[in-house]
This record gives sequence, C-alpha cells and structure tokens, in this order.
Amino acid sequence: MTAMTNMNTTPTRLRKINPLWWQIGLVVVSILLPLPLGDYYRTVLWRTGLYTILGLSLNIILGYAGLFQLGHAAFYAIGAYTAGLLNLHFGIPLLLTFPVAVIVSAFFGFIITRPILHLRGDYLCIVTIAFGEVVRLMLVNNLFGITGGANGLSRIARPVLFGLVLRQPIYHYYLMLLFLIITIFAIRRLENSRLGRAWMYVREDQVAAEAMGIDTTHVKLLAFVIGSGWAGLAGALYAGQLTVIAPDMAKFLESVIMFCIVVLGGTGSIPGVFVGAFGMITLPEIFRPLKDWRDAWLGFAMVAMMILRPEGLWPSRRIQMEIHAEEAVATTPE
Amino acid sequence: MQFIQQLIQQLINGITIGAFYSLVALGYTMVYGVLKLINFAHGDMFMWGAYLGLTGFNVALAMVGQAGGWSILPIVIILMLTVALVGVLVERIAYRPLRSAGRLAPVISALGVAFILQSLARNVYGASYKTYPTGITPTGGLSLAGSARVSTMQIIVLITSFLLMGALYLFVQRTRIGTAMRAVSLDHDTSRLMGIDVNRIIAIVFLIGPGLGGVAGMIVALYYGSFDFTLGWSYGLKAFIAAILGGIGNIPGAMLGGMLLGIIETLGAGYLSPQWKDVIAYAILIIILIFRPTGLLGERVAEKV
Repeated sequence: MTAMTNMNTTPTRLRKINPLWWQIGLVVVSILLPLPLGDYYRTVLWRTGLYTILGLSLNIILGYAGLFQLGHAAFYAIGAYTAGLLNLHFGIPLLLTFPVAVIVSAFFGFIITRPILHLRGDYLCIVTIAFGEVVRLMLVNNLFGITGGANGLSRIARPVLFGLVLRQPIYHYYLMLLFLIITIFAIRRLENSRLGRAWMYVREDQVAAEAMGIDTTHVKLLAFVIGSGWAGLAGALYAGQLTVIAPDMAKFLESVIMFCIVVLGGTGSIPGVFVGAFGMITLPEIFRPLKDWRDAWLGFAMVAMMILRPEGLWPSRRIQMEIHAEEAVATTPE
Repeated sequence: MQFIQQLIQQLINGITIGAFYSLVALGYTMVYGVLKLINFAHGDMFMWGAYLGLTGFNVALAMVGQAGGWSILPIVIILMLTVALVGVLVERIAYRPLRSAGRLAPVISALGVAFILQSLARNVYGASYKTYPTGITPTGGLSLAGSARVSTMQIIVLITSFLLMGALYLFVQRTRIGTAMRAVSLDHDTSRLMGIDVNRIIAIVFLIGPGLGGVAGMIVALYYGSFDFTLGWSYGLKAFIAAILGGIGNIPGAMLGGMLLGIIETLGAGYLSPQWKDVIAYAILIIILIFRPTGLLGERVAEKV
C-alpha cells in the first residue's frame, strides 16, 4: 500500500522500500492468516473483511465526497436480497448474481439519492437515516410478497466455484479476500482519477469546485451510485456465506457501525478503514465474554476518539492537514 | 355517525401520542438551535426517564406502600433533575470539547453517548420488557359523543404536556435567559460580545431539554404500561422527525410538528394499516426535507432557539 509509505510518521528507511513489496507482503499475510485459526476465528476474519469492503464503499461517499450517509446498510441489504431472490426464484448460481446485485443496489442508490442531493450535511444525514429505515420496513412488511417478511429469506444455495461448493468458512474468507483486493485496487484507481479528485474538491469547497467547472450534482450522484453498488456486492457475499438473510441487515445500527468504521479509522483513508473494521468488528468479537458491556465501551471509544484524535487512527494525509490547519487558524488570534 | 366517532377517537389518540413526540422533539430542537448538533443521545436520555420512573415507583412502593396520587410529584422532580444533570454532564464531557471540530466529530460523539446510555440501561435493568407497578396509572375516563372516549390518563398526559410546553414557551420568550438563548442560537460570537455567557446558556439548554425528555419518558411508560431499552431509538427518531417537520430549531414548530406527526401516524395506522405506521412517518420526513427543508414554521420565524 503506497499510502503507508506516504505517511509522514513512517521512518525514512521504511519509506525507501518499493511499495510493491508492501502490497505483496500484505496479500501473502492475508492468505496465510486464517490457516492456523479455527472456524470461529476464520468467520471473524471473514466478517472483518466484509465490513472492510462495506467501509471502503461508504468511504467513497463519506470520505471522498464528504456526504453524510447514515443509511448505507440499506444498500447492503438490497444487494443481499437481490442475490438471494434471484437464486431462490430463478435458480441462478449465486456467484452469477453478484453483478446483478451490484447493479440493482447502484440503481436504488441512484433513485433514492437523486432527489436529496441538494441537501446540506445534517439534513442529508437525516434523510439517509429515513431512507434506510423505509427500506428495512418495506422488507419487514413484505412489500412485494417475495421478501419473506420479518423472517427474511433462507436456504439460499451456497456459491459454487468450478464445481467446488463453498461451504467451509475458509473458502468464504478467500472469496471475500479476492473481492477485497479487487475493491482496494479499484478504489485506489478511483482515488487518483479525475473523478476522485473532483470528489475531494467538492468535499473541500463546493462553490469553488463548481466555479472550476465541476458538475457537483453529477459528481455527488456518482459517489452515491458507486458506493451503494459496492455495498450491494458485500451484501451478496454475505448472502452466500450465511444462506439466511433478514431485514435486520438494513437496521440503523448497521449503518452506524459502517459510519464509525470510516470515521474512527480516518475518513478518506484506505488503511484507516482497515483499522476501523478491526476496532468495530474484530475487537468486539475477541472480547465476546464482555459482550454485555461491549456497546458501552464502543460508545466510550467513539467519544474519546473524537475528543483526542478527530482525524481518525490512520488518517489520510490530506484530511489530517486540513484538521490541523483549522486548529492552527483557530488558535492564532489568542 | 360511526365514522365520525371513530375519527374523533383516532384524533384523541393521535394528539396524545403527538404530545409525547412534542415533548421529546423540544429537546432535539433546542439543542440544534444553540449548537447545530443532532443530539442522537437525546432519545436515550428520554428512555432513562422511563427507567428512573420505574425505580422511583418501586422505591415509593417499598417505603410508603403506595405509589399513586401525589407521591408522583417528588418522583417526577427527582427524575427530571437527574436526567437534566446527565444532559449537562454529557454536554460538558462529550460535546463542548468538539465545538470547533467540524460537523462530523460531534455526530459521532453523540452516537457514542447514545451507545453508552443504552448499554448502561440494558445492563442495569436487563433486556426484558419492564412494566410499572399496577395501580399507578389512573383508570376511568370520559365518554364523548357515543363510543368515543378520552381516558383519565390521556387527560393527564395532555394537561401536563401543554403546561410544560406553555411554560417553556413563556420562559424562552419572556425571560432574560430565554432571550439569551435565542441570541445564542443566532450567533455565538455576537452573543458573547453582548455579554452573554454562551457556555452557561448552552448548559441551561441541556438542563431543560433532557429534563423535559425525562418526564416524557416516564409519561410514555405510564401510558403504554411496558417498555424496554430500545424505547430511545424508536421514539427518539420519531420525535426528531417531529422537530424537522415543524422546522428544526423552532420551539413552537416542535410542538406543532409533534402533534401533526402523532395525528397523521394514528390516522394512517387506523385507516390504512398499522404496520405501515412507521413508513408513513419516514415518508413525511423525506417529503418535507425534499420540498421544504426548513420545515413548516422554519422560515416565518427568523429567531430560532
């Protein structure tokens, strides 16, 4: 990961290493990581990776374009339901439903966010909460008579790859890893593309961006569409591993967890999303015996983080500079 | 005739629920007014009001042997003060350090506080549904026009909420502190130049909002009879919709929004289908925000608290 080598805190000696070696090293570590572990921890790893994909997808919307999306779980659920329904009703192999799940989620992302793009920060945040809840309630109330109501869908067929039925957690881990690597690759390309820089421009100053000839509405819409589609992919992966999906996937708490993964790790930062997913998913699973107090600690960590390190644990350099620049300006007159 | 009686009954029920929404919405709207912050923890403070009421009644039962009638008053006062104190502490610890940290950080912090409050309630009181001791909720009621009825409990709810809201309105409009609150909601820096202690005013807002929310929590628990730790999320979000509907930051707006939401929701549940009740509430929110983000009273009243 080149972002690592760009960090100003990284010692110079490490910075000289070719970023390609870092990347290969990380891939090898992630392939070897689940091998010594039992099925339970392999599933925990899988979950962490899945939420990393979700975090990365939300990061496009929240991190790059700076749009407050607190209903992201809705698209995760839409993707899972698309994959599940196609599989159950038409017998389409699950892996083939993945592209459809992405397209359907992206389409919903388009029609839901198109009318609300003109809203500012807080208002946007609330409308997305409302849309998330509406999607969940539609699934619960069995709107089209096909979503199975509060019980959701069950007996979704396992994904099959070259005749191999993916049943063991380890297979799902590798399937997830494949998509995670594709996601990171795609997002790094996006980040440095014309579109990626347009997103960050819109985030920093919408008026100036517009003056520079950026079609802000179009750019923001693209952030929502791409981010939502990607969340749908994660939903389809989830449907393949669990084979049972329920409307609870779209509940507000899930959206909050995704939101926190992005913000705690550092908005706009790819390694930050990994740190966030580790903090929000892996740590609570490891401390399962303390489950009753888990939410309290999570809340405590969220408050403490925002006070002590608002830029996140592994921030993108741009955002870090921005936050500290603001502080410098705020403290100068005193 | 049948239809009209039914309609009257629905309206009475709707106004009662609307009164709850209004009381909670006031807390959201006041905080948004002075801090421009969506206080996600407000719903959970409201939920703590319900739990503290439960403890209060149980203590009263153990000590005095009965928990109805006038023994409610000291319980309400202690409960209000406790929840208000929690509100002030939360502001001091979790929000004040973030006042200049942009808009994202306070939202996360508020969500964190909500997690803490909810988890505490679940661990202290357990995850199961709780019911208030019997004999507290007044029974009986008045018959209006045939089969339509208004219960004693509904009358108490309505009178209490209107008294509280009226008192708050007068406080904000007529007193020095209320004037200061309105000034702070317009501009922190200018208020400071005018000699207003902005931090003190914000602390007062966090005293009043959660205080009202706490009382509302107890009344809601009394009205429905049972509740659990998720009361804050579900009711909080609805109350927030009410605040937006009326125009966030606007006190009469929150009252109006709450009433309207309660009535629309009850009518929708009665005439369409109960399971679409929540969808109706969210649909209203979405429509309002798309077409009139300032809410119903948002534009006309320039002064916001």
